[in-house]
Amino acid sequence: MNDTALLIRDVDKFYGPVDYGVHAVKKLNMDVGKGEIIALLGSSGCGKTSTLRMIAGFEAVSRGTISLGGREVQTLAPVRRNVAMAFEGYSLYPPLTVRENIAFALKASKLSQSVVDDKVAGIAKLLEIEDILGRYPSSISGGQQQRASLGRALIRDASLHLLDEPMGQLEPQLRAVLRGRIKHYIKERGLTAILVTHDQTEANALADRIAVMEGGVLQQFDTPQKIKERPANLFTGTFVGEPPMNVFEASIAGSENKVSFGLKDGVRLDYAASDFSHAVRDALMKRQKVVLGIRPYAVRRSADGVSGRVAVNQWLGDQTHIAADFAGGTMVLVEHDRTELAVGQPIGIRLDPSSLHVFDGDSGKAISHGVELA
Amino acid sequence: MDTTSPLERILRAVALTLVVVFFMFPIFWIFLMSFQTNETILSIPPSIVFSPTLSNYAALITGKLQTAAGTLDIAFMRNLGNSIFLSVTSVAVALVLGVPAAYAFARHKFKGSEDIAFTLLSFRFAPPLLVLLPLTQYFQWLGLSNTYFGLIWVYQLICLPLILWIVRGYFEDISADVEYAYRIAGHSWFATFRKIALPLAGPGIAAAGLLAFIFAWNNFVFALVLASADKQPVTVGALAFITSSGIQYGQIASAIVLSVTPTLALALYAQRYLVEGLSLGAVKG
Repeated sequence: MNDTALLIRDVDKFYGPVDYGVHAVKKLNMDVGKGEIIALLGSSGCGKTSTLRMIAGFEAVSRGTISLGGREVQTLAPVRRNVAMAFEGYSLYPPLTVRENIAFALKASKLSQSVVDDKVAGIAKLLEIEDILGRYPSSISGGQQQRASLGRALIRDASLHLLDEPMGQLEPQLRAVLRGRIKHYIKERGLTAILVTHDQTEANALADRIAVMEGGVLQQFDTPQKIKERPANLFTGTFVGEPPMNVFEASIAGSENKVSFGLKDGVRLDYAASDFSHAVRDALMKRQKVVLGIRPYAVRRSADGVSGRVAVNQWLGDQTHIAADFAGGTMVLVEHDRTELAVGQPIGIRLDPSSLHVFDGDSGKAISHGVELA
Repeated sequence: MDTTSPLERILRAVALTLVVVFFMFPIFWIFLMSFQTNETILSIPPSIVFSPTLSNYAALITGKLQTAAGTLDIAFMRNLGNSIFLSVTSVAVALVLGVPAAYAFARHKFKGSEDIAFTLLSFRFAPPLLVLLPLTQYFQWLGLSNTYFGLIWVYQLICLPLILWIVRGYFEDISADVEYAYRIAGHSWFATFRKIALPLAGPGIAAAGLLAFIFAWNNFVFALVLASADKQPVTVGALAFITSSGIQYGQIASAIVLSVTPTLALALYAQRYLVEGLSLGAVKG
């Protein structure tokens, strides 16, 4: 039964008095298995860093419990939780060299000097900081400091590794390489890691599961693929994915063999009733107002589609982003070939029923994804 | 980055020279006086040409003061010793109490913590004379008047707030995450305080300590009232040179030179820290 590394139960975080202060994290529940990599994804102020710091023990838990390896820790001092952490602000010790900073994390483990040296050399090679091991934090760049700080966290043999924006300061090329290496390093050693990021590429590339947070509330906790294909609500749908999901408010009308969505400017999308399953059709018919979502990659051009007008046409070197005026809003399409479409040119837009995400107009909760119920 | 014109630089140099001369002249004059006899000091017009004598210093060191009315015993060297003992001990006590308190105020905000810190600071703006009378009474009841213990206690009114507020600014300037990083690596908060916070705030602590030392050294009124001759520091001891047969300007001057020397030497030695520490304390206050 000890396959759970971390268990968060009904955790609330208030800054200031409980129930009256700023409610930063709201009734959070999360299970993290041993050996999993979890990404806490959200915009700034969503509560992801507060959550991380509560797990580490730097912020008091206002309500609820946090268990590490089956042991409740929310009242324990950080030193007794056996977690390692890389800080967003690096937080290296100024009087120590990079090598000493990294080796320092192993001090408590009482390893022999030669083992420590080997470990430091290994992690320095992984993070490409071998040449700055003898330098002091004040004399190296932000990216190098970040890697040193990451090394200090990863070198430890902790039961949980917490990484706060671990790669925010790195150059894009290096970031891509390090993502792969760090994931391999963590998986190889069977470590459990939680990283906080606002970069969805990073979350997708590193994490086994992503916890999307907004306004202190966990919106969805699922695999990257599920989050992309089956967003639990409108927030997750529009937050994850690049370019963002197209959304249009719509009213629903239906008959025996037809389902039609009424968009703004009198635009109607008509589908045969057989395009949806019974269950989906029933769920849709119960509502008057919904929000339609469709990923830019799934939008097709077709001569017999609903008409729109090209507003922007950008060739990004490997794909085309077309923004079209459509139903009183903007529809973004992504195509893999270069298309010669002039601004103002009319195009036909086809939205396959299988790629439609339908959300409740009031709560934003997902109703259906394609032909299946949410 | 230097975009000032030559004229501006010259004007600035002149202004700085004037300020330095203005502040340094009294010290320079006293230095000259300490090598003169009362007769040459009091001659009109004063002259900077004279034959120097060491008799003033000799009198201070031997403790025998020759006046027109005869030989007087003075305890100047003992006063100097008292000054050093009182100032060093007071600052040491204030550091032991004030640095951990400053750390607590910097790191743990709780309801009323600002009020407590402000109360401690307010000791600095009450005039000493205000508290002196009741304090004299208390000290007599408690048997603390004319004891080193009592004086050092009173000196905390001077030293503790200074150290607390300057050092607190320094602690606040250290990123809390550096300490968290240390704690999460398996260290207690006390080890973190000792190994991370203290060394990083070192310059601030040195500056605060030095400043507290200067203020303690220069204190006059507490020692005047609360201690008798054998416990008094130089600031009070210098009064002995106002004798029934006149004021011994030469000896006063050499006493001043001797009593200024330790603080001056200390201040010159720690000048760098002092400026750094003070400017930071002022900004963060």
